[in-house]
Amino acid sequence: MAFVLNVPEISEDHDREPSPYDENEVHDSFHQLIQEQSQWAELQLRELGAGAPGTSDRGRQAPLGPEDAAAPSTATLRILASMPSRTIGRSRGAIISQYYNRTVQLRRRVTRPQLGGAGRSARPSLRLYDLELDPAALEEEEKRSLLVKELQGLTVAQRDHMLRRMPLGLAEKRCLREESRTLTGKHRGGRGQRGLFPCCGQLRDTCVLVLHSLGLGLLAGLHRLMPWHYALKRIGGQFGSSVLSYFLFLKTLLAFNALLLLPVLAFVVGVQAAFPPPASLGSVPAFTGLELLTGGGRFTHSVLYYGYYSNSTLNQPCAPPDGGQCGPESPSLPYNMPLAYLLTVGVAFFVTCVTLVYSMSRSFGESYRVGSASGVHAVTVFCTWDHKVTQKRASRLQHDHIRTHLKELLAEWQLRQGPRSACGRLRQVAALGLVWLLCLATTLGCTVAVYAFSELMIKSPVSADQEGALLALPAVVCLLNLGAPYLYRCLATLEHHDSPVLEVYVAVCRNLILKMVILGVLCYHWLGRRVGALRDQCWENFVGQELYRLTVLDFIFVLLDTLFGELVWRLISERKLKRREKPEFDIAGNVLELIYGQTLTWLGVLFAPLLPAIQIIKLLLVFYVKKASLMANCQAPRRPWLASHMSTVFISLLCFPSFLGAAVFLCYAVWQVKPSSTCGPFRTLDTMYEAGKVWVRRLEKAGPSVSWLPWVHRYLVENTFPVYLVSALLLAVIYLNIQVVKGQRKVICLLREQISNEGEDKVFLINKLHSVYERKERSRTERGRGAPAETQNVSRSSGRP
Amino acid sequence: MGGSGSRLSKELLAEYQDLTFLTKQEIILGAPDAHRRATSQPPPGLGAPLAPAAHRRFCELLPQEHRSMEESLQIRVSLEQILSLPELKANPFKERICKVFSTSPARDSLSFEDFLDLLSVFSDTATPDIKSHYAFRIFDFDDDGTLNREDLSQLVNCLTGQGEDTRLSASEMKQLIDNILEESDIDRDGTINLSEFQHVISRSPDFASSFKIVL
Repeated sequence: MAFVLNVPEISEDHDREPSPYDENEVHDSFHQLIQEQSQWAELQLRELGAGAPGTSDRGRQAPLGPEDAAAPSTATLRILASMPSRTIGRSRGAIISQYYNRTVQLRRRVTRPQLGGAGRSARPSLRLYDLELDPAALEEEEKRSLLVKELQGLTVAQRDHMLRRMPLGLAEKRCLREESRTLTGKHRGGRGQRGLFPCCGQLRDTCVLVLHSLGLGLLAGLHRLMPWHYALKRIGGQFGSSVLSYFLFLKTLLAFNALLLLPVLAFVVGVQAAFPPPASLGSVPAFTGLELLTGGGRFTHSVLYYGYYSNSTLNQPCAPPDGGQCGPESPSLPYNMPLAYLLTVGVAFFVTCVTLVYSMSRSFGESYRVGSASGVHAVTVFCTWDHKVTQKRASRLQHDHIRTHLKELLAEWQLRQGPRSACGRLRQVAALGLVWLLCLATTLGCTVAVYAFSELMIKSPVSADQEGALLALPAVVCLLNLGAPYLYRCLATLEHHDSPVLEVYVAVCRNLILKMVILGVLCYHWLGRRVGALRDQCWENFVGQELYRLTVLDFIFVLLDTLFGELVWRLISERKLKRREKPEFDIAGNVLELIYGQTLTWLGVLFAPLLPAIQIIKLLLVFYVKKASLMANCQAPRRPWLASHMSTVFISLLCFPSFLGAAVFLCYAVWQVKPSSTCGPFRTLDTMYEAGKVWVRRLEKAGPSVSWLPWVHRYLVENTFPVYLVSALLLAVIYLNIQVVKGQRKVICLLREQISNEGEDKVFLINKLHSVYERKERSRTERGRGAPAETQNVSRSSGRP
Repeated sequence: MGGSGSRLSKELLAEYQDLTFLTKQEIILGAPDAHRRATSQPPPGLGAPLAPAAHRRFCELLPQEHRSMEESLQIRVSLEQILSLPELKANPFKERICKVFSTSPARDSLSFEDFLDLLSVFSDTATPDIKSHYAFRIFDFDDDGTLNREDLSQLVNCLTGQGEDTRLSASEMKQLIDNILEESDIDRDGTINLSEFQHVISRSPDFASSFKIVL
């Protein structure tokens, strides 16, 4: 049955395309078609009579939704099954076509398309999608040969890259590779030499291959060097990605500390250890065990602290007084210690800053997606199962967590559908406000306590044999850092958040405020008060020792917290409370502990150059202790954990309050504070920065060959204008990026609407097809029924004599 | 380097490295011995060598007499044996995973190259594109190229657990599937096809790290 579409011809312009102004004509023709069909359908119904009352619905021509469509015929199903959107996920031919398209795009980006092959590849889309019900194997072969031809046009590395990304089996990929390789060989041989170019091409290919295999070898070697591969695999298998993110963060911190330690070790500590200063006047105290905790005593006059470093040029070339010659063993390479100290610490910090900002921006780029806040149900169902988990018990736990999470999501969704009472909202806001107020009050209380205690320590100075009393302030600080988060957790049970992820962020925020404020008070105490109080002594050594004490005591308290927080709690909950649940591993709290420890290291590098080494040892020990405690005592957290979001948050927290605060402290100490006059490499100067200025002045006097360095120093470092310029540029770039993202969001909305409209078209066409085939079937069965009746009539009529 | 059955030729190894996302270490044996693996003792401390990798693990599944190199590349291992691997045992999608990667006509056995394909897609360096493509095929329980309501309900049942009491109630299931279709079915045809699925996956940065099996 053919339907003819009657579009009335426009009398004036025959060659003009129907414009939107002529819409009425176009719609009228459809209207005519629809009317025709509905009349025809009514006819059919009358003919069929009361035989099939259920078919009255099928006469309606309004587009039905897919749920309303009754079982479509097999022909319709076959067409549906070969729709491009459905075959792309399934058939090999469709995958080959899709990747043929991608290869063409890639090649077109790389080189200009060859003129010879333009005919065949001109409209690939038409060749790829055809409406035959039985796609012949020949079609697939054609598509395959097209793909092979395209692959030849790529370089070897690109070809391998393309092949690797294809979702085909290994055997298929091997065939494609062989074919594209052999045909390339034939191609090259047939073309003939054209001067330099084939040689260059071959050389380039060989270079690429060599680099590729080198890169693979390097990657494999690096993989071998990665420590703790098996331990991390076990942790991931038993607890999932969330707990694993803590241990990966620990590894990152180890890398940062190594980055800080190596230059300091090479340029400052190593050199000073090779040229030790003259022995100090007083006697060296004997080694007692207390030094390991307090950092004083035997360790005071050692490479560990600032005071040991000399303020002169080491390895000075000899200056014979009477103009004679120096002996043969005179050294020839002078080493300006103050300058080296300042520059090494400065450069190490700069490199750390650049690395931090780079890793933060990369992590942010990976974890931020436009429109990621919506679609939480689909994302939960498709993306939350962690395939790393291999233990049966952990797998069961994951099932439970996902089920609970899905139920929570559904409950939240129901809640959002229903109207919110103003009373409920007010109560929620009031509870939130109250809890925040209490937490901030606790923080204030802790701060005041630390401040008062530090003032007390200044007022009552400690004598040399009572060094144990110096541990009091660090112990108080660590105790407060340990106890206050538990208090916050208790207070947090009073409030109720809409989303569980927000609870984690709020807890992290409160913890962080406490730690940073306490560290701020301590910094003021050191740079503001101690400098004045220890005027004739070595205040830098004291600050270095304080930071050493804080680091060591922090480690001890972490051990105690692990012991009591996890082991004892598990024993109590198993024996006394008879619960089989183990305590949850508090990821946020533990990560903040790590960030706090790293801040201490960054604060202390200027005054105790070997502090990063101590931090490395501490991190190694913490890894093993936490791993053992985790395996024995804990279970994975119940709350959903967006691992990549939280990694981004942690590295941003490492950068912003932690590193930035340490950098500000360092800048203030270098630029504004007068170094002590009895020890250290900056003894005779007004500020530490003057060492650099002195050197620049010396360079100026040295001659015109290095005059660019003082020029750079005067106009770029001391001048504030470049800083303003760079900040303005950065702000402009950020603003532009924000606008681009906003524009992309709008485009995504528009595209969604368009796809939705296309979907409606699709449903309409499917229903049309369905009705067409239905009618075909019905008319065929009718004809079949009518024919035997006719033959009967014929036989009857012929049978009549 | 290990026993006689674990030596792959260099060309074959290079080819596997080029065509999959696996490294050489992940394809052949690192250093440890099969005995320790068989008795599942953990290797010691920091200097632990890498866990044995694909070829050795595959050979362990074969009977002793078929462990030579040529045979190991051609013989097929039945699904039950693959499902007994510790990395797959606790995975609720294990049957679907094996079916999707199997190239035998009856989809019930895996050769070594199928096994490598599996590991390559689940490895660290595979692109999210290829991971989402195979995730779609794994979730498509009836293999018709789209995820319809039955596929989704089977998927949710796999996620929530095997027991009767762990499933969601019928109304919750219906509501959940309605929400999922509302969020991801852009063209409103009642099913989720590959492009829509990949669009949903692209919104979740955690997918690549959770769709990983470490050998």
